[in-house]
Amino acid sequence: MKEAVTLIPMPGSAQAMIEQIEHEAHTNIKSCYQCGKCSAGCPVAFAMDYPPRQIIRLLQLDLVEEALKADSIWVCASCETCSARCPRNVDIASLMDAMRRKALAEGKVTDKKVAAFNEGFLGGVKNFGRSFEAGILLYHNLKTGQLFKDMELGLPMMQRGKVEVLPHKIKGSAQVKAIFDRVDKMGGE
Amino acid sequence: MEIGYYPGCSGGGSGVEYKLSTLKTAEMFGIKLRELEDWNCCGATSAHNTNKLLSLALPARNLAIMEKMNLDTLLAPCAACYNRHRAVEVETKNDEALREKIQQAIDMEFSARTTTISILEWLVRDVGIEAIQNKVEKPLKGMKAACYYGCLLVRPTAHTGFDDPEQPNTMDQVMTALGAQAVDWPYKTECCGAALATSRPDIGSKIIYEVIRNAKDAGAECIVTACPLCMLNLDMRQAKVAKTMGVKLDMPIYYITEMVALAGGYTPNEIGVPRHFVEAMGYLNSLPEKAAALAAEEEAQKPKKAAKAAVSPGAGQADGAAEPAVDAEAVQKKIEAMLKGIQKSPDKIAARLIEDPERAKVLAELMAHDEKKSLKIAELMVTDKDKATKVADAFVTGELKKRDKA
Repeated sequence: MKEAVTLIPMPGSAQAMIEQIEHEAHTNIKSCYQCGKCSAGCPVAFAMDYPPRQIIRLLQLDLVEEALKADSIWVCASCETCSARCPRNVDIASLMDAMRRKALAEGKVTDKKVAAFNEGFLGGVKNFGRSFEAGILLYHNLKTGQLFKDMELGLPMMQRGKVEVLPHKIKGSAQVKAIFDRVDKMGGE
Repeated sequence: MEIGYYPGCSGGGSGVEYKLSTLKTAEMFGIKLRELEDWNCCGATSAHNTNKLLSLALPARNLAIMEKMNLDTLLAPCAACYNRHRAVEVETKNDEALREKIQQAIDMEFSARTTTISILEWLVRDVGIEAIQNKVEKPLKGMKAACYYGCLLVRPTAHTGFDDPEQPNTMDQVMTALGAQAVDWPYKTECCGAALATSRPDIGSKIIYEVIRNAKDAGAECIVTACPLCMLNLDMRQAKVAKTMGVKLDMPIYYITEMVALAGGYTPNEIGVPRHFVEAMGYLNSLPEKAAALAAEEEAQKPKKAAKAAVSPGAGQADGAAEPAVDAEAVQKKIEAMLKGIQKSPDKIAARLIEDPERAKVLAELMAHDEKKSLKIAELMVTDKDKATKVADAFVTGELKKRDKA
């Protein structure tokens, strides 16, 4: 009897979290029958710790913490190939999206580089109303401690007239900033 | 005709050629593009990665502005901008509560009655292939292009729907109408890696490399895109990718609108082609030579056809170009009969084309699964038996190479 495995029911909080992720993604993870078509077509599966199929399996097994800590959710490029091909209509891309947001909210981001890119991108939009390409790169480099990354592209970009040196601020930038604030207050969903 | 126009943030920076050539393309067809007043960024992937309501509210502000301007259709050339604006339209269509929530978030009236279209939808559905064909002044003859759709022009399928998500062909249609050859290739809808090239270059480089390599393997001499991020990755980052992978790539990348504008008579300078990172002028300049070679090849085929026409009864004229319509019909019937023969017993037909039984078997298998190839073989067997043998041989060699790789 010493070998017996005790199955501990999952704490209610984790169960609620999975339900919330499913709700946000408008999809049902129980539909997945683990055929692996999503992972076969995924262009970045080669760089993932858990391919998309296994991420869903983790959720099916209630291992939501493990799934949220996976690199995979940050490696996902949101190309939507998995969702387009799933024979069971599981919206995997949307699940990945919901999990990234959850990981952010829970402070469990494992890949800081992707999150830093998003922060830099949205920072520009919040302040100016439009994204500011040069600013995104600069912010990303500072935030991730890679000061000289992509530096070789700077001068050729300028020579080709492809860089806005200063961000373009739209007239309604205050309105856009207010959208960010209201959305925060409204909880994001 | 007047439609709304959303240039997107890249139009003022890295994607400046896309904006220039889109404006020229519209001018060509007399379509007035009305830029949305004081539009904001759609939030792209960063917003939907971060906050769902934000990802819907940002494009919704633009659509609300559009409603105020009394516009119904919005052209969003950037694939990501198209995707985000479409997402709001689709998600709010049958969700009144969500629409009201968004309205509250943007503090503007938003009735969700607009339709955002992509550049391909615009070219094929609104402008029309025939109209494009009629405007061609400088055909792109001799060009071998891989039409690259990437992700967001065809996915998610619930948002797009104007083309096949796995085998799209609208861009191919446009390129063919412009006189170019659109090569058949397997990476049409693969991802370019999007922002991973910036945030995770270790992953991004490999993805970019695979797309370019596959286009090359398929015989393409350039790649045509309809997305500024695909352009950024394939063009701006190509030199570094080649260096990382230790290969030479030198693949010029063009926007589909550049192709339309060029064929319509605008100069490369007007639309910004010299601003590309991978040298893109040389290939355009080499096209007249390639076109001449192609024309010579076609000319060489002609005497054979003419001779055949002379032999067949009823074809009195020696001029092959003036073949009577009856003959064309007869040839078509023969081709159809041949195609049926191939479908019924591919092995028998294969044996007539290739002596080596093993290679003949490969051909038979190929024809059994590939309708396009069967049709090509059937056509050639009726019109030019020698060429049919050669093409069949080439098909088998190609297939064996493919199998070797697998």
